[in-house]
Amino acid sequence: MKPAKFTYLRPSSLSEALELLHRHGEDASLLAGGQSLMPMLNLRFARPAVLIDIKRIPGLSGIAIGDGVVSIGALTRHFEVAGSPIIRDRLPLVHEALRHVAHAAIRNRGTFGGSLALADPAAELPACCVCLDAAISTASLSGFRSVPASKFFRGVYDTALAHDELISRIEIPLPPDGWTWSFDEVSRRHGDFAVAGIALGVRLAGDVIMESRVAFCGLEAAPRRLAPLEERLRGVRVGDRIAIGEIATRLADHVHPLASEEYPAFYRIEVASALLQRVLARTSEAIQ
Amino acid sequence: MSDEETLAIRCIVNGEEVRAAVSVRKSLVDWLRHDLALTGSHVGCEHGVCGACGVVVDGRVVRGCLMLAVEADGLAVETIEGATRTGRVLALQRAFFERAALQCGFCTPAMILQAAEFLEANPNPDRKGVREAISGNYCRCTGYEAIVDAIVTAARRHRV
Repeated sequence: MKPAKFTYLRPSSLSEALELLHRHGEDASLLAGGQSLMPMLNLRFARPAVLIDIKRIPGLSGIAIGDGVVSIGALTRHFEVAGSPIIRDRLPLVHEALRHVAHAAIRNRGTFGGSLALADPAAELPACCVCLDAAISTASLSGFRSVPASKFFRGVYDTALAHDELISRIEIPLPPDGWTWSFDEVSRRHGDFAVAGIALGVRLAGDVIMESRVAFCGLEAAPRRLAPLEERLRGVRVGDRIAIGEIATRLADHVHPLASEEYPAFYRIEVASALLQRVLARTSEAIQ
Repeated sequence: MSDEETLAIRCIVNGEEVRAAVSVRKSLVDWLRHDLALTGSHVGCEHGVCGACGVVVDGRVVRGCLMLAVEADGLAVETIEGATRTGRVLALQRAFFERAALQCGFCTPAMILQAAEFLEANPNPDRKGVREAISGNYCRCTGYEAIVDAIVTAARRHRV
């Protein structure tokens, strides 16, 4: 058997799950889609004493729209989000990003909330949530919270979630009209972890960038909007490759890149800078 | 083994009801192979990278090594043996055979199941789409050109 021994618990209601989470706290891991937890269990990098399988809890899945907000249940699987007409039509950034989230068989099982709770720095959905100013709804025995995405992701595998808390749903405000959204990334093999990826929104007047929102994944320990970069893009013509090239080459001024033997910091910046230029060039071509 | 925690589960495997007491930490693919002798699903990397362990759970292809057997409680599981028996992947199997679309064949069962799911949603695929769909089943033989040929051929025959 691959994982170390654990006690398996399968609550059938949210209150039961929160009770168990409160009781077992740091010794417990939540099992949702399991597409990141199971490898860690199999390799025994993670050895929780208790596994709380939350998949049978009703009401934590599904996509709804209302009040200017798209609400995604934490247990909604990636393939369901990718196939949702609401997401395709109203949150095209998320729709596009999901093409890059792992492989088909992983998307069939992995969940939206699970990806946020894990907070892998290379993950696409946290970057999208930050870019779109999403709010993450959490639940614990002490009550419910709504945490802005900008405050939720704190570092590598580090979030604002307490040990007795779980994510119940994700609320993404509908972007105003007139914005164009793009997601792209570079990975070794399609579906593998990103070297770097970009979530970008721009509001154009003619071909001039009036406003933008930029967040990268894979580049830093946690995704965040890069306000200085967004400021520099203001007033630039989206097809002006020279001006954008200059802004992109100064990306290093604004970020604290991750470094590993596989991908040194300068390389991640190089890739991120190329992605910024690529998605803006594509945006420019699309309006011509 | 006496202090090994087990759970009674009931699921439909290849159309037949199975009831079993299974260790809570046993993966779905290990249970299928070791306890039910369904050895068509292969175990490669055991951490979700190679894709050789693919099986179908409630109609979607999943990694058999990234799911516990107890998580399949109450669900329907189909392996390559079941898909072969019903004939739903026959066109793909024929096309793989004719094109010799395999080298060692270790990836083939899951490759076929993944290709079938892809073709169901994309009956008229281009080669790039096929490559994206099977990217999670790449192993190390470099024989993918023939596999893409076979999947495209199976799709074309389905449309005739």
